[in-house]
Amino acid sequence: MNRIAVTSEGPSLDDKVDPRFGRAAGFVVVDLDTMNTEYLDNGKSQVMAQGAGIQAAELVARAGVSCLLTGFVGPKAFQALSAAGIKIGQNLEGLTVRQAVERFKSGQVEMAHTANRAGR
Amino acid sequence: MIVSVASGKGGTGKTTVAASLATIWDGPVLGVDLDVEEPNLHLFLQPAIAGSETAYMTVPAVDEAKCTYCGACADICQFAAINVMGQVILTFPEMCHGCGGCIAVCPEKAISPGQRELGEISWGQAGKVGFLAGRLRVGEAMSPPLMRLVKVRLDQMLANGGDAIIDAPPGVSCPAVNAVMDSDVILLVTEPTPFGVYDFQLAWEAFTPLGKPMGAVINRAGLGNDAIYRFCQEKGLPILAEIPYDRAIAEAYSRGRIIADLSAGLRETFVSLRDQIRGLAQPGRSREAAHA
Repeated sequence: MNRIAVTSEGPSLDDKVDPRFGRAAGFVVVDLDTMNTEYLDNGKSQVMAQGAGIQAAELVARAGVSCLLTGFVGPKAFQALSAAGIKIGQNLEGLTVRQAVERFKSGQVEMAHTANRAGR
Repeated sequence: MIVSVASGKGGTGKTTVAASLATIWDGPVLGVDLDVEEPNLHLFLQPAIAGSETAYMTVPAVDEAKCTYCGACADICQFAAINVMGQVILTFPEMCHGCGGCIAVCPEKAISPGQRELGEISWGQAGKVGFLAGRLRVGEAMSPPLMRLVKVRLDQMLANGGDAIIDAPPGVSCPAVNAVMDSDVILLVTEPTPFGVYDFQLAWEAFTPLGKPMGAVINRAGLGNDAIYRFCQEKGLPILAEIPYDRAIAEAYSRGRIIADLSAGLRETFVSLRDQIRGLAQPGRSREAAHA
């Protein structure tokens, strides 16, 4: 099964990609073979003073995804996602979740090697 | 007796007041710099430093050979400082608050106490005034853990009696509350400007629940408006001293001088402040006596 997670402002493929990773509203987990989706709410990370990115990384790691598509990832979250063996596609804000997934499937999303947002 | 000098707004004169009070104190007294992020009391007291030590906090050190990735440590950690990512245990020591929870709950005893450097504690003597200060390590995000260690040493230094005057950090968040919470009297230093009044109100709100006697010192009196006077009157908060808005005082400050040494009048202001602080502290003392 080939699953990826996309930060999303809502539960469906037609919601906007949430530019934030750690404080994203939630994650749409997409099965690339069937395009079936599942939604993970990220409210618990959103209210954390610090460590939101790390907790969010734990959440998507538990969902068993191979890749994460989002806007921005901070350094700690990047380290945590990398530790879990999750590849990261950044700078996808402004698209819908569906558009981001299509772009990924067509091979046009480059996998990141470093975080693109300063941490705090 | 421990007197803390706090403010809300920064730059209102906490250190100026703390240094002058310590200098005119008529008994054994310690000047304590708990503004560990930007300590500056030493610039005025100019102590001879007798000793110093590096302060540390306990953070988790994980033996991965013993770890079964059960996640008990990550579940108890409220700060995401220890995490299980599949078959990887990931720690962020800089996020750790040092509670030791992960070490306590690990069923495999795979976590032992490691160390994170918090900063430095130093002590010495400035004439008759004892000196104690903390200085946070550059890059360290949390000041309360170092402040607590400075206060442990403060208790040791006061074991044989004497008073302490704490130069607190500005603001009304954890560092400021940590600085004032163990004191017998809280002095709030402010200035009669709109910004000064606004932050003074926040400080009053933040510290009132501690149930400590509080008094106000108005620095740069003559500047701004009368809002601070009206606020103090409304809340029944005594104004213990006023320091005039005066170029000579600013010049002395800029040269690291103690303003109580500047004139007989200013000295009298601080002597009177000291006596009023003692008056405020009386109820607390009798409560302590009853407790003992």
